Amino acid sequence: MRPLTPPARNPYWRFLVAGFRGQSAYPLATLAGLVANATFGVLKGSIMGAAVESSGGELAGYTAGSMAAFVWLGQGLLGSVNLWGGSDLQTRIKSGDVAVDFLRPVSVQASHVLTDVGKGLFGLLPRGLPSVLIGVAIGGMVLPSDPSAYALGLISLLLGIAISHACIYAVGTAGFWLVESRGVAVFYMSFSGLFAGLYTPIYLFPDWLLTLALLTPFPSMMQLPVDVLSGQVTGAGAWQHLGVQALWLAIVLAVGHLTTRAGRRRLEVQGG
Amino acid sequence: MGEPEAGSPARGRQTLRAYRAVVASRARSQASHRASFRMDLVGALFVGLIEFGEIWVLYSATDQIGGFTLAQIMLVFGLSDLAFSLADLVAGHCDNLPVYVRAGTLDVFFLRPQPVLAQLVTSDLSLRRIGRCLVGATSLTVGLVLNDIDWTVGTVGLLVLALACGFVIFTAQFVTAAGLQFFLVNGAEMTNAFVYGGRYAATQPPSVWPRSLLVVFGVIFPVAFAAFLPVSTLLGAPGVAGLPGWLGWCAPVAALWAVGVAALSWRWGLRHYRGAGG
Repeated sequence: MRPLTPPARNPYWRFLVAGFRGQSAYPLATLAGLVANATFGVLKGSIMGAAVESSGGELAGYTAGSMAAFVWLGQGLLGSVNLWGGSDLQTRIKSGDVAVDFLRPVSVQASHVLTDVGKGLFGLLPRGLPSVLIGVAIGGMVLPSDPSAYALGLISLLLGIAISHACIYAVGTAGFWLVESRGVAVFYMSFSGLFAGLYTPIYLFPDWLLTLALLTPFPSMMQLPVDVLSGQVTGAGAWQHLGVQALWLAIVLAVGHLTTRAGRRRLEVQGG
Repeated sequence: MGEPEAGSPARGRQTLRAYRAVVASRARSQASHRASFRMDLVGALFVGLIEFGEIWVLYSATDQIGGFTLAQIMLVFGLSDLAFSLADLVAGHCDNLPVYVRAGTLDVFFLRPQPVLAQLVTSDLSLRRIGRCLVGATSLTVGLVLNDIDWTVGTVGLLVLALACGFVIFTAQFVTAAGLQFFLVNGAEMTNAFVYGGRYAATQPPSVWPRSLLVVFGVIFPVAFAAFLPVSTLLGAPGVAGLPGWLGWCAPVAALWAVGVAALSWRWGLRHYRGAGG
């Protein structure tokens, strides 16, 4: 048996750290993202607030304060989860660079997913926290008083970020068969935002659409973490959310693993 | 026969012919990859449908928001989405400016005897964006059928005016954003706040906005004039409290202002540009 490497020298730990640190190199880009995020947040917050108000102060279990929490936590997560469908893997398959990845003595799946998770975790600092602060300061967002909401919320958040990037990786492997998988990314993007709860809470959907959404991993990326983190769902409900997320993480990782193995045999690098 | 003088009608016609030739060649090249083109068209249509889906979900869950029902907001969404999609078709490619600046390919544009902005606009015409126009047009049509509209010459005039002005406003915002890109480069995403944020804002009733949003999207980036204000004039619906009902007729003023801002931003940005040093 191989001896365990200390974390600082473990290659997978280094991928996570590299992703985290890589993002910190572009402060202007980060600020720009925050400005765009906040503008959308104010727009979304006012229309959702008005929707709650016109329904007599409560809409699908949301009050004005918890709806604001939904809006701003969701905006804060946007820098950490990937809902637009494009990925590094997709670009590297198209250019043929992925052949080099396969030569390295590390798992292609683990290195890509961990780098992206590292980027996502960094996103919480310059985009996640400020969004929450803006939400509390001007959005009328209510923070949960129960400390367990924060503890469970944090786990749910990490699971959500991991699911998002593991799923994007699995979708990116479609490139082994298609080479140009931009079309796939476009379809992914159109569904992911709606079903993740980026625009409205999924509980506002008519029943058939809600059922359809719950059959996909998308709610686990944003709606469920936001539910737990905002204290909208507590106790047994929160644990159930975590269980659903753990299941989806296992599924998308397994799919990514299988498609990588099958795709590796299909891979055809064009050109010299 | 000598070269027609700059600014003369003959010169203008010649330039126009050159643009037409460039745009037509881009269109032909895209339509020739049939499978990929069809998938792109369907994809764009799909994204538009999902965007309408958000509005449908929200307005179905409540009776009205900001005094507007689903049928009424369909008019607003249809008008603004159609105007935005047309603007995106013509000027959406301005979004790629930071890529050209970073790669140094923009320098080539300065060597050719055509305005840089015109080259940027024609450098890629994304025909797939036509798919988007269909969603807006359909929503607008259904909205016109569902609402009780008093059809007069004025009604038609107001609709045409709103669509034309909306198109000009959104196109101007793409150009304003492009001008700012010369300064931002890595911070390109900042302009999304008013270009795509503006598209989102244009589908909302400003009656729900706080004062700060009214200033940003009613005055500075006047997207409220692209659809909501003309529609509330058309329907005689409650617009924004404290503002007159005929405000929808003022869309051309907003469009002129947007064009002025765009011209300033573009000139300023172009003067700031010093090349990538290639």
